[in-house]
Amino acid sequence: MSKVAKVFERTPTLKDVPTHYCPGCGHGIAHRLIAETIDELGIRGRTIGIAPVGCAVLAYDYLDIDMIEVAHGRAPAVATGMKRTNPDMIIFSYQGDGDLASIGAAEILHAAHRGEQITVIFINNAIYGMTGGQMAPTTLLGQVTTTTPDGRKALGQGYPLQVCELFALLPGTIYIERCALHTPAEVKKAKKAIKHAFELQVDAAPGMALVELLSQCPVGWRMSPADAVDWVENEMKKVFPLGRFKDTQSSGV
Amino acid sequence: MCGNEALAEAAIIAGLDAYFGYPITPQNEVTAYMSKRMPEESRVFVQSESELAAINMVFGAAATGKRTMTSSSSPGISLMQEGISYLAGAELPAVVVNVMRGGPGLGNIGPSQADYFQATRGGGHGDYRTIVLSPATVQELADCMPLAFDLAEQYRMTVMVLADGFIGQMMEPVVFEKKPRRKLPAKDWALTGAEGRGQNIVRSLYLGEGVLEELNRRLQARYRLIEKNEVRCEQFMVEDADVVVIAYGFAARVVRSAVDIARREGIKAGWIRPITLWPFPSEQISKAADELRMFLVVELSCGQMVEDVKLAVAGKAPVLLFGRSGGSVPTVEQVLDNIKQLTARHRKSKVKSAK
Repeated sequence: MSKVAKVFERTPTLKDVPTHYCPGCGHGIAHRLIAETIDELGIRGRTIGIAPVGCAVLAYDYLDIDMIEVAHGRAPAVATGMKRTNPDMIIFSYQGDGDLASIGAAEILHAAHRGEQITVIFINNAIYGMTGGQMAPTTLLGQVTTTTPDGRKALGQGYPLQVCELFALLPGTIYIERCALHTPAEVKKAKKAIKHAFELQVDAAPGMALVELLSQCPVGWRMSPADAVDWVENEMKKVFPLGRFKDTQSSGV
Repeated sequence: MCGNEALAEAAIIAGLDAYFGYPITPQNEVTAYMSKRMPEESRVFVQSESELAAINMVFGAAATGKRTMTSSSSPGISLMQEGISYLAGAELPAVVVNVMRGGPGLGNIGPSQADYFQATRGGGHGDYRTIVLSPATVQELADCMPLAFDLAEQYRMTVMVLADGFIGQMMEPVVFEKKPRRKLPAKDWALTGAEGRGQNIVRSLYLGEGVLEELNRRLQARYRLIEKNEVRCEQFMVEDADVVVIAYGFAARVVRSAVDIARREGIKAGWIRPITLWPFPSEQISKAADELRMFLVVELSCGQMVEDVKLAVAGKAPVLLFGRSGGSVPTVEQVLDNIKQLTARHRKSKVKSAK
């Protein structure tokens, strides 16, 4: 018997290719957590992923599962069409803040409101990454972007939209948690949350599971990757507190 | 049975797996009918939060290989254009029914044919087409549905059934026949979970140099094939006609009555009724224009199909328009009057050319 044991390897659902993501970006970590979850639950053969419009539009180049690319913000409607016609399939959408909280606000709200039995992975990096760093609905007050050159002001540009707080109020959601990807400890928590959100769907739990991930965008934020990690810790977490907002299917919450 | 209910039942008989729709007059009978009948058949009905959502639900169901459709009326169809463009780019089969009403804007709920441009030119962004079927009776509307699904799946594209408020609301007897499906290609592109195979991807983004042009070339080749194989139209007494009236849908029924009266009065009139608006029966119309005669286009719009007729006639003969819009409908008398005026003009031009 060999004395060398393999203790870590790339999870099979994550393709062995370099990603197009910028240095320090959170998408790569989020993709890996989803891929690991799919492999651990053994659901690769019955999972369909929905890629957003935004930096993660090419997620199908990295996740080795059946995937679809949809119009900006419409993922929850597409997911509805898929899940209703294929109740045994595992359907998840992967959406950024512009996609989910701005242009697709109606679709996510009503999919949640109807209690669609889908899993939503919501990447909040407080900015539009792919189009070059414009204000997102989740941009912090005072944050400088290419469309808020003097920093976001509440009056006229609105407040950062707190998606978890809002969606936890809806009876159609069963699980809402906000995690972050800026430290190893938080990544571990995020993995648990993502896995739980998929498990609920595997168990046919009656409603939507949504996990928000605070994610670094050093290039969009005009920061070094190290400073971006600090910014999540010191600024983003103040406006978007981490934690489990709702879990109707587990006891003790 | 009214047209809206007939199209719904015909779709169910044709094997519809899922219907998604949002209320809008004058097609509300479709949504109501589906909400009752689809669950009875253990199939999917969802009232969406908007037409935007409805077409994207169709997008999702279609991507998994299901037979799916939505229906709406003009303002709602405008909202669906984004999704219809994505369906074209992703090469997904879907059926969209437009029970047209008066426009522009909120317009009114009267019958109209003012969405011809939108339906036949694609409507959304990008180089694409949709097959457009235009029924003139409730029976034909019902017969359109299985054909629409077959065409959509054969060519992997959107088929639009373009009706108007009259056909949708009108009560006529209808016979439902379960017809065998065309021999359709396997849906090996569908998202069914990558069990025991490589991943399938449904997409419309192609960033590599020349890749999107390649998709467009492939789509255009398919469109040329459709233009060759799928043109449908009906003709009546065109051979010896001095005046050929061209109309589709409800307007064609008015024209039929006017031409019948004209013939009884000894006027040489005939008609051509396009059933597919895209592909348009250009060849049939062009052929008719080889003889010395005049063309009258009757539409429930200010003149949209008339442009396709002019393209087909290509200057060989005069093409005149009689259009009513905003929910107003041409009467048989008005059409007859137009035929008579044109006949008189035609006689004069015949005399001239004889000199």
